[in-house]
Amino acid sequence: MLRQTEPTCRGDAIALSLAPIGIRNHGDTQSSPARSTSLWPSRAPPSNVAPMLRFILGRLVSLGLSLIAASLVIFVVIEVVPGDPAAFMLGLNANEETVQALREDLGLTGSKVSRYITWITGLVQGDFGTSYTYRVPVSELILQRLWVSLPLAGFALILSTLIAFPIGLIAASKRGTAADYSIMGGTQLGIAVPNFWFAMLLVLVFAVNLRWFNAGGFPGWEAPGAALKSLLLPAVALALPQAAILARVMRSALIETMGQDYIRTARAKGLTRRQVTLRHALRNALIPVLTIIGLQFSFLLAGAIIIENVFFLPGLGRLIFQGITQRDLVVVESVTMLLVFAVILVTFLVDIAYALADPRLRRRS
Amino acid sequence: MTRLPLSLVIGAVLSVLFLVIALLSLVWTPHDVETLIIADRLRPAGAEYWLGTDQFGRDMVSMLMVGARISIAVALVAVGIGVALGVPLGLAAAANRGSLLDEVIMRGNDLIFAFPSLVIAILITAVFGPSAFNAIIAIGIFNIPVFARVARGGALSLWTLDYVLAARVAGKNKTRISAEHILPNISSLLIVQATIQFSLGILAEAALSYVGLSVQPPVPSWGRMLADAQTMIYSHPMLAVLPGLAIVFMVLGLNLMGDGLRDMLDPRLRRVRA
Repeated sequence: MLRQTEPTCRGDAIALSLAPIGIRNHGDTQSSPARSTSLWPSRAPPSNVAPMLRFILGRLVSLGLSLIAASLVIFVVIEVVPGDPAAFMLGLNANEETVQALREDLGLTGSKVSRYITWITGLVQGDFGTSYTYRVPVSELILQRLWVSLPLAGFALILSTLIAFPIGLIAASKRGTAADYSIMGGTQLGIAVPNFWFAMLLVLVFAVNLRWFNAGGFPGWEAPGAALKSLLLPAVALALPQAAILARVMRSALIETMGQDYIRTARAKGLTRRQVTLRHALRNALIPVLTIIGLQFSFLLAGAIIIENVFFLPGLGRLIFQGITQRDLVVVESVTMLLVFAVILVTFLVDIAYALADPRLRRRS
Repeated sequence: MTRLPLSLVIGAVLSVLFLVIALLSLVWTPHDVETLIIADRLRPAGAEYWLGTDQFGRDMVSMLMVGARISIAVALVAVGIGVALGVPLGLAAAANRGSLLDEVIMRGNDLIFAFPSLVIAILITAVFGPSAFNAIIAIGIFNIPVFARVARGGALSLWTLDYVLAARVAGKNKTRISAEHILPNISSLLIVQATIQFSLGILAEAALSYVGLSVQPPVPSWGRMLADAQTMIYSHPMLAVLPGLAIVFMVLGLNLMGDGLRDMLDPRLRRVRA
C-alpha cells in the first residue's frame, strides 16, 4: 500500500512507482518551456538567487499547508473516537466522575476549535502533552525513543544505499546478460519478502543458530559498540527490501541516461565506457535515485515501527503500540504527528536538494 | 500471436494457485482451524498433519489455506476501493485539467501520500478497533490516490488525441467521453497497477495482522501466524518459516504477473527493455 505508480511508459513500474513528488515535479518542469531568467541577452550569468529563493519560499508554503492539513486529519480521527477520548481511554468500567476528571485533565471541556489550537501551539513549542499512563510529558518519552528509531532508520538507509548502488550499476552495465537477469530476479525476491519476516529469519540464523547476536533488546548508547551491534540485524532486515527497490530504480535510471545523446557524444570524444558511466551517466541518473532515497526514509520509519517489535527495541514503534494497548491517545496522537512531520520534512528537503542539484527544476513557472 | 512473457506465465500460475487454495478453504480444509487440540500441539509433519501443528494444536496446512483467503480478500477489497473511488476522481481531474477540481483532487492526493501509510493504518485500527474491515479501509484509502494519479496521467495524454476531439465535436459530453473513450484505453495501465497494489496490499495486511491490527483470533492469518511463531522460533522454526514463504510466493507471483502484463500490454516497453 506504500507505493504508487506514475503512468510512465519507461522503466520499471515498481521502481519508478515510488516517486510521487520528486519525479512528478521533474516531469512538470521538463514539459514547461524553459524561461530565460533575464530580459535581455547578457554575457554575465543571470543571478540564480531570486528564482531559488522563490522556489524555496513556495515549497515552504506547501510544507506549512501539508502540516496543517495532516494535523487536522489526525485531530479529527482522534476526535471521532467512539464516545470521547476520555471515555475511550478509561474503558467501559470507569465511573463517570473519573471520566469527568480526565476530561478536564485533557482539556476536553473546551470547544473543538480551541482544543485543536491548544494542541497545535503546544506542539510548536515542543509540548506534546502528558502521557496518561506514564504520567510524564510525552516529549520526554519521545526523546528517549527517538534515539533508537532515528539511528535505526538512518543505519538502514545507509545500508540500503550501499547495497543498491553497486548492484544497480552492475545490472545496468551488464544489461541483458545472465548477471543482469539474476540480479533482477534477486531484486524481485527482495521486494516480495516482508521485512519483519526477514528479521525473524535473521534472528533464527544469526542469534539462535550462530549465536553471533542477541535476539533483541537495546543496551543504550552508553555502550556505543554494543548499541550499534544490536541495531545491525534490525537495520539489515529493514534495508534489504528497500535495497531491492533502489537497485531497480538505479538500473532503469542508468539505462535511460545511457541512451541519451550526450553520452554518445562523450563516447565519441574518446572516453571509455567506464569513464562515461562514472562521470556522466551516474551523475544524471542520481536524480530519480535521490527521490527514491528520500521517500524510502518514510518507509524506513514506518517499517522501523514493525521491526522494533521483532527485536524488542525501545523505539517510537514500541511507544505507539504501547500507547494503543494502553489506550493512551495523547501518546498515539503526538507520535503519529511527529512521524508525519518527519516524512513531510524529508520530502521538502529532497525537493530543495533537487533544485540545488538540477537548475532546470528551479525554472518552474 | 506473440509469445506470452515468461514472467506472466510463472506469475499467473502462482497467483491462480493461491486463489484456488483460498477458494477451496471456503468449503474444505483438512482440519478445523478454530478448535484447539492441545493434545496434538507441535506435531511434526506427517500423514495426519501434512505440515505439522502449531503450539495450540492447530493444523498448519488448514491455517495457511484460510490465511490465503484472508490475505486475498483484504487486499482485493482494498484494491476495489482504490479503483472504484480513485479512477473516477482521476478521470474527472483529467477531463477538467487545470480547473479547481483538478487542483483539489491532486492536492488531496499529495496529502495522503505525505502520510506514512502504515502509521495511519495503525492510527485507524487503533481508534476504531482492530478488525479485518478496518484493515481494509486503512489499506484501501491509500489505494485511492494511486489509481487517481494513474488514471489522470493516462487520461491527460488521451485528451489531446484527434479521436477524442472528434467525439467532442460530435457532441458527447466529458463524462461520456471519459467512460466510452478514455477508460477503455487506460484499462491496461489500470490492470497493471491493480496487480501491483494487490501485492502491496498482501504485504500490508501481513504487517497489520502481525502487529495484531487486522483479523482477530480465532481466524488465522499469515501475519498473525508469524507473530504467534515468534516465541517458538528457538524450538520450532518451521512455524515461522512456512507463513513467510506463503507471503513471499503470493507477492512474487503477483509482481511477476504485473511485470508480465505490462510487457504484454505495452509494446513500447518491450522495445525499451529488449
